[in-house]
Amino acid sequence: MKLDEKFTPQTWPVSPETQTLEGKNKFLGFWLFLGGETVLFASLFATYLALKDSGSSIKANELFDPVLVFAMTMLLLTSSLTSVYAIYHMKNYNFKKMQAWFFITVLLGAGFLALEVYEFYHYVHEYHFGFKSSAFSSAYYTLVGTHGAHVLFGLCWIITLLLRNSKRGLNLYNAPKYYTASLYWHFIDVVWVFIFTVVYLMGMVG
Amino acid sequence: MTNEQMNNVNVRHAYEFRRKKSAEEMRHQVITFVLMIFLTLISFGAVIFNEFIPVKFVLPFILLLAVVQVIFQLYYFMHASHKGHELPMFFMYSGVFAAFLTILAMVTIVWW
Amino acid sequence: MSSITAKKGFGAILWEYLTTVDHKKIAHLYLFGGLFFFALGGLEALMIRIQLLSPDMEFLNEATFNEMFTMHGTTMIFLAAMPLLFAIMNAVVPLQIGARDVAFPFLNALGFWLFLFGGIFLNLSWILGGAPDAGWTAYVTLALDSPGHGIDFYTLGLQISGFGTLISGINFLVTIINMRAPGMTFMRMPLLTWTTFIASTLILFAFPPLTVGIFFLMFDRLFGANFFNIAMGGNSIIWEHLFWIFGHPEVYILVLPAFGIFSEIIPTFSRKRLFGYSSMVFATVLIGFLGFMVWAHHMFTTGLGNVANAIFAVATMAIAVPTGIKIFNWLLTMWGGSIKVTVPMLYALGFIPSFVMGGVTGVMQGMAPLDYQLHDTYFIVAHFHYVIIGGVVFAIIAALHFYWPKMFGTMLSEKMGYVTFVFLFIGFHLTFFIQHFLGLWGMPRRVASYLPGQGFELGNMISSIGAFMMGIAVTLLVINIIITFVKNKKVDNDPWGDGRTMEWAIASPPPYYNFKQTPLVRGLDTYWIEKMEGKKELTPAEPLGDIHMPNNSIIPFIISLGLFIAAFGAMYNPANIVKDGQPWAIPVLIIGLAITFGSMLIRSLKDDLGYHIHKEELEEEGGKA
Repeated sequence: MKLDEKFTPQTWPVSPETQTLEGKNKFLGFWLFLGGETVLFASLFATYLALKDSGSSIKANELFDPVLVFAMTMLLLTSSLTSVYAIYHMKNYNFKKMQAWFFITVLLGAGFLALEVYEFYHYVHEYHFGFKSSAFSSAYYTLVGTHGAHVLFGLCWIITLLLRNSKRGLNLYNAPKYYTASLYWHFIDVVWVFIFTVVYLMGMVG
Repeated sequence: MTNEQMNNVNVRHAYEFRRKKSAEEMRHQVITFVLMIFLTLISFGAVIFNEFIPVKFVLPFILLLAVVQVIFQLYYFMHASHKGHELPMFFMYSGVFAAFLTILAMVTIVWW
Repeated sequence: MSSITAKKGFGAILWEYLTTVDHKKIAHLYLFGGLFFFALGGLEALMIRIQLLSPDMEFLNEATFNEMFTMHGTTMIFLAAMPLLFAIMNAVVPLQIGARDVAFPFLNALGFWLFLFGGIFLNLSWILGGAPDAGWTAYVTLALDSPGHGIDFYTLGLQISGFGTLISGINFLVTIINMRAPGMTFMRMPLLTWTTFIASTLILFAFPPLTVGIFFLMFDRLFGANFFNIAMGGNSIIWEHLFWIFGHPEVYILVLPAFGIFSEIIPTFSRKRLFGYSSMVFATVLIGFLGFMVWAHHMFTTGLGNVANAIFAVATMAIAVPTGIKIFNWLLTMWGGSIKVTVPMLYALGFIPSFVMGGVTGVMQGMAPLDYQLHDTYFIVAHFHYVIIGGVVFAIIAALHFYWPKMFGTMLSEKMGYVTFVFLFIGFHLTFFIQHFLGLWGMPRRVASYLPGQGFELGNMISSIGAFMMGIAVTLLVINIIITFVKNKKVDNDPWGDGRTMEWAIASPPPYYNFKQTPLVRGLDTYWIEKMEGKKELTPAEPLGDIHMPNNSIIPFIISLGLFIAAFGAMYNPANIVKDGQPWAIPVLIIGLAITFGSMLIRSLKDDLGYHIHKEELEEEGGKA
């Protein structure tokens, strides 16, 4: 019975996330979902590129600030590394360290979101660049906002995992859950790499 | 389950080997991370100092850097280089193909 | 859950279906949901044909006519054809690969309830202010200006249904990749499984652009965004691209499972294996791949330019090649076989010429210069009805007859089936063949009436008569179903006698765990191999043991209900384009989303590990160890 099975670091399987059929299915299903999300974000990017600067008195190269974006990028990139650390500890059957590194990931992710909220607030109040202001603004907020919503969902997911499993320790039932959560988190970072490149950097170059 | 019967010495050796491999992989991850920071810095640099570099060069350059960074993320952080990832990667590349077509359409055959 | 079938009351059966996660019961749900919406869509079609019976008919006014053809198309594609195909795929594919259920039974149920609530939401538009009226394609130049909430019912309803479809697509992919019985390599999978696999891949990649496009339309209409608002810098061609990047793969999502169904039926009733299995697989994959590269052939007249038009025209013509390969393979399967013209086989025989007719007019339309003449005429209407009815509808009805015993343990009446086919086949050709000519003679589509003296009268009259014949056919089909339920005459595991694949080796209907012991697959047409060796059952791949089964759950129903409620809140929110915002709207939106996400949270927090059927119970039912 999955929940009862007790392991030691020596007996813990090399790939705990795919030891059960459930785990294998979750692993594959999640990668496929990420494939679909790739096309989803591509549609958002494509629309953004088509509507860049359109209908807006304020243009991309006047709007974006490199310092803020760099800070956000560093936070998210580091959070991706900390989630790798968490899975490393999962593979080594070190539950406490895994939880700790996931918690740090959540903090960094929350920091990213806080900066993003500040950024949006700044645009709306300083530049009157709101969701309804123009086609460009609608496209921008939908693309970057959808990414932000994904970050928020990821944070809620990881927090739920941390809380729910705090008294359980690691087993073959929750290992796939942690693994897919970390895959999701990496994917969000992948999308951000394209966002900061295509939206912010390309926007600032003009 | 995949736990086989092993005597104590074998178990310890196998375990130590696993730990070493894991630690080695973790070193790779940190190197990857540092490279990614580096790539990010170069991208930002290229844009901030774009008075010295023509725009026509900067745009494809930072896109290329982004793609390289994503490949690192996929293959190292997301373990796509490990065994058992063939089908997921096949579907991921198919998704990338559909994504590419969508973006291509929107930047070429949408009226300005 | 005991293995003894207890006599259940109506309430217990209702609860069982509300909470089921069993792919076989979910198939029943999709079947009856799909048939209900098919009837609705058919009524909408009859309304259209009555209005067009004679010139200047005043049966429906222009506004209602617009609603009618919009709802007919939207209902038939999203709420009838897709669910009916999902019914067949759910009922059959796990059995064909020797699995006990799909990879994610809970998500399977969720997919169904999302479809149903989305469909109900969309159809509530009829009584809540007006149905959508901008065509099933909802081009935003019209859709943004549509008065009333019709388009909002369209966007919100399809968004909810669309999530369900995407979830189900991933489910089938994982099931087929991970849960095949030992010995079943990819190249030993039956064609219905292969086409389900490719169609599910198409779903995975085609639905996200639709999701994005619908979100844009929703945001524009309900929250003041400007994606398509030209005055604020928006661009309406973006909608067309996103819609058709979805829309073209969508028609392959519809037709590939149809091809798969015929690839099961034709070998069975020719008593001969499928000719050219490898090339059939290859053709399916190629159709799936090319299907993503042709979408702008729906946009030839929008001004994309000569280069773009030429590229898409060539790609469109290319896609006819793998389809042609399939047609020849079916014909060569029949050649030299011992053909038994059962009702499913009759539909297969009717499908081949009908679908080919639709296919060749498709290639004609793929020539961009000709499409300038044909676009928005009845020629296009004729083309797609030929491929959809000749392909998908014939396949669905054939599959209903073919798989009815496997789904319900009874057989639909063959005699009534023949009569139904005759009415349907003749009615279908009467309705749509003449429409090719109406289109060539200049009759535009989506127009509520035509003037006398243009030469359209006779053609439309013939077409409408054909439509009524099709209505009679569908009525006969429904009567057939009802009589079969009433008679309730049970049949055995292989009622057609010539079953080749594994679903025919187990009882009709199968026990809830499908296979007592996972079967060993020794080759293509696994059951046929066993039959040829004189065996009555499949070779088992494992000893008799405990079987792990998932628990039922009401949560999928509640998650879908939450989104249904939230949709009302979104529609009537104070920022909407119709300017009839209600104060209760935002709270309702939040409550609906809270129900959905709250249920998801409950699902995550409360362990649901399923239950075990013990070996002893299975042995009681005569299993071997």
